[in-house]
Amino acid sequence: MSEILFTIDAKEVKATEGMTVLEAAKSIGVFIPTLCHHEKLEPYGACRICMVEVETGGRTRIVASCLYPVEPNLVVRTRSQTIDKIRRVLIEEMLAHAPDSVQLDELAKEYGADRDRFEKEPSFCIHCGLCVRYCAEIKKKNALGFIDRGARREISFIPKLAAEECWNCKECFELCPTSALQAAYVLAQALSPV
Amino acid sequence: MDKEQIDKIVAKYHGEPSALIQILLDIQSENRWLPGEALQMVAEALDVPLTRIQHIATFYKAFSLVPKGRHEIHICMGTACHVRGASRVLDTVEGHTGIKPGETDLDMKFSLETVNCLGCCALGPVIEIDGKPHGRMAPAKALEVLKNYE
Ligand code: SF4
Ligand code: FES
Ligand code: FES
Repeated sequence: MSEILFTIDAKEVKATEGMTVLEAAKSIGVFIPTLCHHEKLEPYGACRICMVEVETGGRTRIVASCLYPVEPNLVVRTRSQTIDKIRRVLIEEMLAHAPDSVQLDELAKEYGADRDRFEKEPSFCIHCGLCVRYCAEIKKKNALGFIDRGARREISFIPKLAAEECWNCKECFELCPTSALQAAYVLAQALSPV
Repeated sequence: MDKEQIDKIVAKYHGEPSALIQILLDIQSENRWLPGEALQMVAEALDVPLTRIQHIATFYKAFSLVPKGRHEIHICMGTACHVRGASRVLDTVEGHTGIKPGETDLDMKFSLETVNCLGCCALGPVIEIDGKPHGRMAPAKALEVLKNYE
């Protein structure tokens, strides 16, 4: 595999083709925040918190580092005024949905996000898709999925599968950055026929 | 809907998982809504997770997961129809059928929905019943039209 040389925050990186900017950053110890990324799962690009600036041929663009493939001579900046502002607003929006998330709280401190900027609308889920994808890709059970669309989109367990499979697994619980997943599971339990 | 009917529709598409949306549309148009058991049968026949079927069935407005009446009324609330008095037509139809948009009456006779422009604004206000458009509506005329449906 061909080696690709570029820089992240002015540090030289050696990466291999097919790697993402996020993976390359991790390999040299540069931290980029993520919410919907999971090493074992296919990249998803839903939360956008991992946005970075990339410069190629004199043009700067803003991309999701968990999706963006490395290229030779790329200049990546993981923090800048623009990036910090994007992350701050994203965190503020997500906090309106999941005010009690510990992960969001830590990010809010780091980026100076105002917890009360947007009116609270606690749906608890930030649509990171970790639970849904973990169940589909790793466990291959598809016990839960998304339903509806837009602002009304939410996760939903198939009650029968939840009763048969989930009790002994629950591996997705710790992936959830909020408390939405457990709440939905408790509800499915209550509704299940068994 | 029984298993035989579902199997027939699935067979029409050679059990291709990629035809999922078409299959759901066919069931929707034959049965007017998608019962849970039908979705379960489709999941088994195509070997597609039920979660994906639910995702699609709740995503598109063309699908209904609740029973629909024998006749579907769509009242256009688009700009052109609106300025020509669509809301009065809607009020009258609501009053006559006793249902609001999104609902179905107890006799399963009518289901009511509003839409935003049916693409024939010159005929406004327009209502569509079971896919047939009725133009130049007024409250009294709309009631006349509804009488033709059993
Ligand atoms: S329930 Fe939790 S893990 Fe699942 S999509 Fe929502 S925030 Fe992500
Ligand atoms: S971690 Fe990249 S979009 Fe969520
Ligand atoms: S606005 Fe009613 S048909 Fe266009």
